[in-house]
Amino acid sequence: MKQTKTTELLVGIFIVAGVAALFVLAMKVSNLSSFSKTDGYTLTANFENIGGLKVRSPVTVGGVRVGRVSHIDYDSARYEAVVTLEMDSKYDQFPDDTSASIFTSGLLGEQYIALEPGGGEDLLTDGSEIEMTQSALVLEKLVGKFLFNKAAEGEE
Amino acid sequence: MLEWIRQLGRGGFDFFEKLGRSNLFILKTLAGIPSVLRRPYLLIAQLLSVGVLSLLLIAVSGLFVGMVLALQGYNTLVDFGAEESLGVVVALSIVRELGPVVTALLFAGRAGSALTAEIGLMKATEQLSGMEMMAVDPIHRVIAPRFLAGVLSMPLLAAIFSAVGIYGGYFVGVGLLGVDDGSFWSQMQSKVDLHEDVYNGVIKSLVFGVVVSWIAVFEGYDTVPTSEGVSRSTTRTVVYSAFAVLGLDFVLTALMFGDY
Repeated sequence: MKQTKTTELLVGIFIVAGVAALFVLAMKVSNLSSFSKTDGYTLTANFENIGGLKVRSPVTVGGVRVGRVSHIDYDSARYEAVVTLEMDSKYDQFPDDTSASIFTSGLLGEQYIALEPGGGEDLLTDGSEIEMTQSALVLEKLVGKFLFNKAAEGEE
Repeated sequence: MLEWIRQLGRGGFDFFEKLGRSNLFILKTLAGIPSVLRRPYLLIAQLLSVGVLSLLLIAVSGLFVGMVLALQGYNTLVDFGAEESLGVVVALSIVRELGPVVTALLFAGRAGSALTAEIGLMKATEQLSGMEMMAVDPIHRVIAPRFLAGVLSMPLLAAIFSAVGIYGGYFVGVGLLGVDDGSFWSQMQSKVDLHEDVYNGVIKSLVFGVVVSWIAVFEGYDTVPTSEGVSRSTTRTVVYSAFAVLGLDFVLTALMFGDY
């Protein structure tokens, strides 16, 4: 009987350790943002060029993450990319003239959407579209423009 | 020449016969699981020998795998000035791949071979026939608890491997190589997804647990009841488990993470 008790204790410890390890993986290693997915609201924004933006890229206001990109599609009628933003329900006080821009964190970092609240009276609600957008900066375009300007300067 | 082709045919027949036997066997084992739940002490004794006694091996291996990953990952990432991403590299490769796969391989070597040898020796010494004479179904009494213990232990062991491995990476990355503590964890948390990565890793380890335990108990039950037969079955358990785990890992990875 004593033998079985030790056995039971050891097996119990094993199961607790295993579940604790799963818990660590869930809480410490992965983001639990997916839990709050249901009680958010969505916004859409059209961009000419989204650069390297990906699904699950962050949406920030003043550097604070307020949502994530949930879906990226292409609107073939307007020739623009349609980005759906999944916003945290905690942050739902954005005026309807809020603008969205795609920025890069660091020189080679990942791209994110930064919202800039405007001064309008009405608020953005679930499903509304952000009218004012600024596309991603494409490095090649920038370099091309710079070289073009240099060449133009040289001709003068 | 004709003889050779005939032998090939016989090999094919043997193969499919064995495959069929193993399928009938697993069905009988699954049917025996309710009777195990009525006698949980059988299961607990097996959880001890299959799970608890593998714990130290799994934890130590996980620690070293995590530490090596951090060292190697750092060497590459530092060239791009991206050593803060070390946490992501270590966590993703362990949670998605190395955790389930290495645990399954170690599990096959540590627990699977022991199961096969034990059951095979029981068959060779006619203990299984003895049970049948006493109207005790050896599948209910011997096989099902061992199979169930293997299936239950694998996900727990893989989770322990992953957690210990990530902390191993953390000790080397932050303690030894001087990666920033905060960005190690925060980058990891922003890139590792609970559903996409952690759950899929758990599903993988569960599948591997079923496959390795199945191979182990079947090889033991199906052994040629001699010393040589038991030794061959034990070897086959480890070899087949390794093949099955690595092959299935590719299939599962393609199914889970294949769409991007």
